[in-house]
Amino acid sequence: MAHQLPDLPFATDALAPHISTETLDYHHGKHHRKYVDTLNQLIEGTEFENATLEDTIKKSSGKTFNNAAQVWNHTFYWNCLSGTGGGKPTGHLAEAIDAEFGSFDKFKEQFAAEAAGRFGSGWAWLVKDGTGKLSIMSTLNAENPMTDGLIPLLTCDVWEHAYYIDYRNARPNYVDAFWNVVNWEFVAKNFAADD
Amino acid sequence: MAYTLPDLPYAFDALEPYIDAKTMEIHHDKHHQAYVNKVNDAIKGNADLEAKSIEDLIAGLKSVPEGIRTAVRNHGGGHVNHSFFWPILKKDVKFGGPAAEAIEKELGGFDQFKEKFTAAATGQFGSGWAWLVVNNGKLEIMSTPNQDSPLTEGKTPIVGIDGWEHAYYLKYQNKRPDYVEAFFNVINWEKVGELYTAATK
Repeated sequence: MAHQLPDLPFATDALAPHISTETLDYHHGKHHRKYVDTLNQLIEGTEFENATLEDTIKKSSGKTFNNAAQVWNHTFYWNCLSGTGGGKPTGHLAEAIDAEFGSFDKFKEQFAAEAAGRFGSGWAWLVKDGTGKLSIMSTLNAENPMTDGLIPLLTCDVWEHAYYIDYRNARPNYVDAFWNVVNWEFVAKNFAADD
Repeated sequence: MAYTLPDLPYAFDALEPYIDAKTMEIHHDKHHQAYVNKVNDAIKGNADLEAKSIEDLIAGLKSVPEGIRTAVRNHGGGHVNHSFFWPILKKDVKFGGPAAEAIEKELGGFDQFKEKFTAAATGQFGSGWAWLVVNNGKLEIMSTPNQDSPLTEGKTPIVGIDGWEHAYYLKYQNKRPDYVEAFFNVINWEKVGELYTAATK
């Protein structure tokens, strides 16, 4: 069955001024859609035609992997964002972040450095491993922590198309603004899930 | 001596409407400047490296100490690639001269060059460059990820297109193929001819 472009889980103006309507129109309506369409073309008549997106990511390579992972990454990224987001995590997630990174501010600092330092195009992630231990990482282009057996909890898209309309070359300013729209409920749900 | 940002050899709006003035301004004044600053930071205090031209530094990447090699590859690559890029851009220069003759002879002509170069530029996933290079006297089309330079592979670039989104996003957004199509209107074949002649001497 063909993969579908999911609707954004918020209105396209919900994240302004941190992420503009124009950015979301292109990012979701053009970039994300193109990954979905390209993936569907690539998998037609192949072993991946009826596979789940996750299976396709874990078992494919090259163009199929790139497009499948970008479909997943973008859907996950939208879910990490909310017009009523921002603030701080609470509960077990907050405790785990404090335990691993020292404090929420230190976590933010380390995550921002990883996001700013990812050279070229890619993604910054908060992940947990099989034992529940948290870590921060970044991946190149379409790459996804799942293929290393890690569970994504939060991501920030640092491809230039994610922020160029709003922030031009100033990626750190985009990452600063990103904190205002993080959907910590979604992150906490990912943290609580057993895998 | 520290590297410095070269001036653009023309006004920001010189390539309009193919590449817009705002893009040129940010691309040169912000992106290129950041590469210059960061490669200078990376090699600071290493007199042997600081004495090299940026081309020699990147061609000799393997001899750069491991601890700073990635920073030199990325930011030094960004400096050498952008320094190369600006002078090969100019509007209204006809396809002709020694590089054009070699393209006719070795690649089957402008249309075939355009087709293959476009495929390389649009097919490079993520950030990177597409190139026409001279390798052992022969023309080749290739692409590199991020700021990797053909110089590191011993190849001499004579045409290059910056395929990073920052090179085209303000004007072309998601439409990289439209930017690549426009690029063929601003290749400075006089400069490319000089580079070809120097590379095949």
